Amino acid sequence: MELTVNGEIRQLQDDATVADLVVAAGAPERGSAVAVGGIVVPRSRWHERRLEPGEQVELVHAVQGG
Amino acid sequence: MDDPFVIDGQALSSRLILGTGGAPSLDVLDAALVASGADMCTVAMRRLEPTTRGSVLDVLDRRGVRVLPNTAGCHTAREAVLTAQLAREALETSWVKLEVIADDDTLLPDGTELVEAALTLVADGFTVLPYTNDDPVLARRLQQAGCAAVMPLGSPIGTGLGIRNPHNIEMIVSEASVPVILDAGIGTASDAALAMELGCDGVLLASAVTRSRDPALMAEAMAAAVSAGRAARRAGRIPQRWHARASSPVDGMIDT
Repeated sequence: MELTVNGEIRQLQDDATVADLVVAAGAPERGSAVAVGGIVVPRSRWHERRLEPGEQVELVHAVQGG
Repeated sequence: MDDPFVIDGQALSSRLILGTGGAPSLDVLDAALVASGADMCTVAMRRLEPTTRGSVLDVLDRRGVRVLPNTAGCHTAREAVLTAQLAREALETSWVKLEVIADDDTLLPDGTELVEAALTLVADGFTVLPYTNDDPVLARRLQQAGCAAVMPLGSPIGTGLGIRNPHNIEMIVSEASVPVILDAGIGTASDAALAMELGCDGVLLASAVTRSRDPALMAEAMAAAVSAGRAARRAGRIPQRWHARASSPVDGMIDT
């Protein structure tokens, strides 16, 4: 399926969950968070939350900043 | 500690809060952090770059400092609220430095969006520390919204222009029922000392340290300035006078 991750079109397997996406993106264990369609998906639900085609995903982490 | 610095019931050991932005490397940041004595540091939330090596969190965790995520770069309340919620999930803290800027040239806070975001986040259980203008009325509104501190700018972010309107900062301090933290515009140590002399409870700075020639040395200077300014405030400065007033006795002068 095709969906948008951090503003870019991305292909993922059809039954992919948020957890699959996080692993595929190489996000660090600590300091990362995910929102799908403007709603934060708690870490505890990453494994059960299946992604749907066309969804907009934001995958962020902490960086240096004032 | 006879002069505790408490925000929302949490005591901090340093009145200097260090922003981590602008440091040329994590090693430089680490050295500056240690020299600053800060026990709370800000971080920003950004889209994941797969190429990133090492994390600012490694440094902060190693030094045992509290992480204060910000919403830097957000232009709307909606954007800032989602960023704060992502930060809470990512960093397991409900504290947020709330920043909603009006435009990218001035980086000045957008008061309307800021208050709206503050109301939403307070209702959502956040401890909100808003970066705000040096406007006593806006500071009052933010306190009414339930913010745990107010953080007025001295001058725009990264300018190093110091405190452009000391009178306004004093006015904000005079009616604040929450800690006032001077945030943004600090250029050098005397600016940080002035903030504390004006009655601020703390100082938050990044560029003044991270973009200086010797960040660790400047961090040391800032720590000393914050400490000296606080002591001077507590000691109570003498009133300013028009004419001189001798400190040596005026009686007992010899004849010639």
